[in-house]
Amino acid sequence: MKFNRKQLCIPYAVFLLLFVIAPLFVILYYAFTDGEGQFTFENLVSFFSSTNTIGTLVYSFALAITTTLVCLAIAYPTAYILARSGLKKKYALLLLFIMPMWINFTLRITALKEILTAIEGNIAAYPFLNSVIGMTYDFMPFMILPLYTSLQKLDNSLLEAARDLGANKFKVFMRVTLPLSVPGIISGITMVLLPSMTNYVVLDMLYNSTYIMGSLIGSFFNHYDWNNGSMISLILLVIIFIVTLVTNRFSDKDDNGRGAIL
Amino acid sequence: MTDSNIIELIDVRKVFDDETVAVDNFNLQVKKGEFVTFLGPSGCGKTTTLRMIAGFDLPTSGKILLNGKDISNLPPNKRPVNTVFQKYALFPHLNVYENIAFGLRLKRVVNTYKNDAGDSYTKKERLTKKEIDAKVKKALEIVDLEGFEKRSIGTLSGGQQQRVAIARAIVNEPEILLLDEPLGALDLKMRKEMQVELKNMHRRLGITFIYVTHDQEEALTMSDKVVVINDGDIQQIGTPTEIYNEPVNTFVADFIGESNIFNGAVVGKLKVKFCGATFDCVDDFELNQLVDVVVRPEDIIICKPGEGQLKGKVVSTVFKGVHYEITVEVGRYEIIIQSTAYAEPGKVIGMRVEPDGIHLMKPVYTINRFEGVITKNNTVEFGDGEFECDVTSLYPGSRLDDEGYLVTAAGEKLDLTGTKVNVEVDTHAITMSDDKDEGGAQGTIISMIYKGDHYRYIVRTEENEEDYVISCPDMWNTDDFVSLVIPKEKIKLSLKPAEND
Repeated sequence: MKFNRKQLCIPYAVFLLLFVIAPLFVILYYAFTDGEGQFTFENLVSFFSSTNTIGTLVYSFALAITTTLVCLAIAYPTAYILARSGLKKKYALLLLFIMPMWINFTLRITALKEILTAIEGNIAAYPFLNSVIGMTYDFMPFMILPLYTSLQKLDNSLLEAARDLGANKFKVFMRVTLPLSVPGIISGITMVLLPSMTNYVVLDMLYNSTYIMGSLIGSFFNHYDWNNGSMISLILLVIIFIVTLVTNRFSDKDDNGRGAIL
Repeated sequence: MTDSNIIELIDVRKVFDDETVAVDNFNLQVKKGEFVTFLGPSGCGKTTTLRMIAGFDLPTSGKILLNGKDISNLPPNKRPVNTVFQKYALFPHLNVYENIAFGLRLKRVVNTYKNDAGDSYTKKERLTKKEIDAKVKKALEIVDLEGFEKRSIGTLSGGQQQRVAIARAIVNEPEILLLDEPLGALDLKMRKEMQVELKNMHRRLGITFIYVTHDQEEALTMSDKVVVINDGDIQQIGTPTEIYNEPVNTFVADFIGESNIFNGAVVGKLKVKFCGATFDCVDDFELNQLVDVVVRPEDIIICKPGEGQLKGKVVSTVFKGVHYEITVEVGRYEIIIQSTAYAEPGKVIGMRVEPDGIHLMKPVYTINRFEGVITKNNTVEFGDGEFECDVTSLYPGSRLDDEGYLVTAAGEKLDLTGTKVNVEVDTHAITMSDDKDEGGAQGTIISMIYKGDHYRYIVRTEENEEDYVISCPDMWNTDDFVSLVIPKEKIKLSLKPAEND
């Protein structure tokens, strides 16, 4: 039996329809209706008029941006050394950085919790710090991998050319290495920033009671308030869409970078 | 006189981490404004030498002087030298303008000012935007790419990228421009055009060019001075005419242009015998000296049978555009002739060579000499191999007893294990085999030269890079891995003078 291309698409089309398109419309419907099913902008207005929800949004951003910056600060030098040095054991090293991804997430965070407790005593006293540590730990491989890939394909002769034209080692990095690794930085940021805005499981497990976007949605749904929960999901979706658009604009010049994100 | 040398390499040697010697004993002087070409087969060390001048590699020993100052350990950004890379190495994130302006933006120039009191003082300053603009524009004019400023690198053809790479280097007004096989990636027609353009550019700019290529024609066309390199060593330095007309050894003769190379012997004052005939020559060698004879195909003149020194049958005639390439069989020798005259295949022709068309050179290799050690099995180890040999040849009248001990003519019993010997093997005595286990040593063919009736091969072993020279009529290829077979009786042993230990 032979399949043509259209037929091969059917399983995914069904999946798309059931799990992507349909839920999107359900969210849209709930977001713009009240409990009785009447069309309303009330949910939207209440999100932006409540200091509570805006505070959560700001806190989520602060947490996500801090996590991303910490990840970047640790991952860039690491990826640089792994990719550019002549280390013979670099694949083993790279594997060590990626291996945590193969270990169950809950197990990892529970272990982290014990370590932090041993160091800090009462871990509930440092909710923001601990959440950043937890998320950094969780998302680090997603930052290292794209950085490693983009730094590794950097042609050595470009660095030599820059040296040849009078750049010292610092300028070579600033004017050649860094700009050429921007696609890797962008996809690393996208991979870390967006999930860390919503990943409230890490916060829960580390006794951080502050809400982030994810936990906010969860709390509404727990109280069967589908309408407000859907509205916040929709707002988050729009924010993510905007962030993606902006970051893609930065990496527009490099086709590889764009492919990695969308 | 050394003052006029812009760059001077003194005893430069480069050994890489894996202990391969890339460049050895490299001595070269380049005068200001010269066009110097490093010519050699790939892997000969020419690019490594260029990289040492640029500063990407540091010499293991020796000195590099620029205008008399030692720059051997200076980083590349501190050298007034710019490079055009083999694969251009243009920055993909910058457009044509920014690529060319890259070096200018990093540059600091010393400007002199007068303060209010009238004293002059100097300041190190960046170039202004206007100055950079003007320089980039001029560089683009030189490489014939006006109006390409805003183009991104990816949209340019190979030839255009090449031009941007050249503009990016010359815009900095370097004292020396280094070019690492810059035309290698271009097609033939483009390459020829760029050769002429580069030569013109060199004339106009007055910058010293050091050019690396493996293309002998390119080297001859463009250079003032050619440095022929093989296996990390300079073979010959000279003008293109000198290199072509007076090659110092068979490698140069074979690498530059086409040649007929024969083994010959000096048979009288300015008389040499090869291919079974005697010729007058201009090179003066001692009587009976064995020589390599090089005759360029265009120096052989076809004449009526019986008139020239040689007579032979035409095997094939191929039209090559300007000339015919004619292969002639003279006895067991094969001779190539380039001539504008046609010769009918199958016909017998005469050939004449004028004395100045015959180039004699001392042969580099006539015999293989090694230092060896006798093992306990009465074999001999030398040149990364172990061969069966006749140890009785060391002591006249001796023989081996049943236990393998040597008994001399006087009846003395000797254990030769560990005895150091000198080993000589004639180049014709060695045969090559595909079967790895057949011979006593294994290696890779690193060079082959056709000598009219046989090939001369150099086989290099892997472990200690020992070279064997082999004369053999069979055709093998460079880079073939072969096993070397030497018959027992062809290994000539002699005892080394006793050491005092």
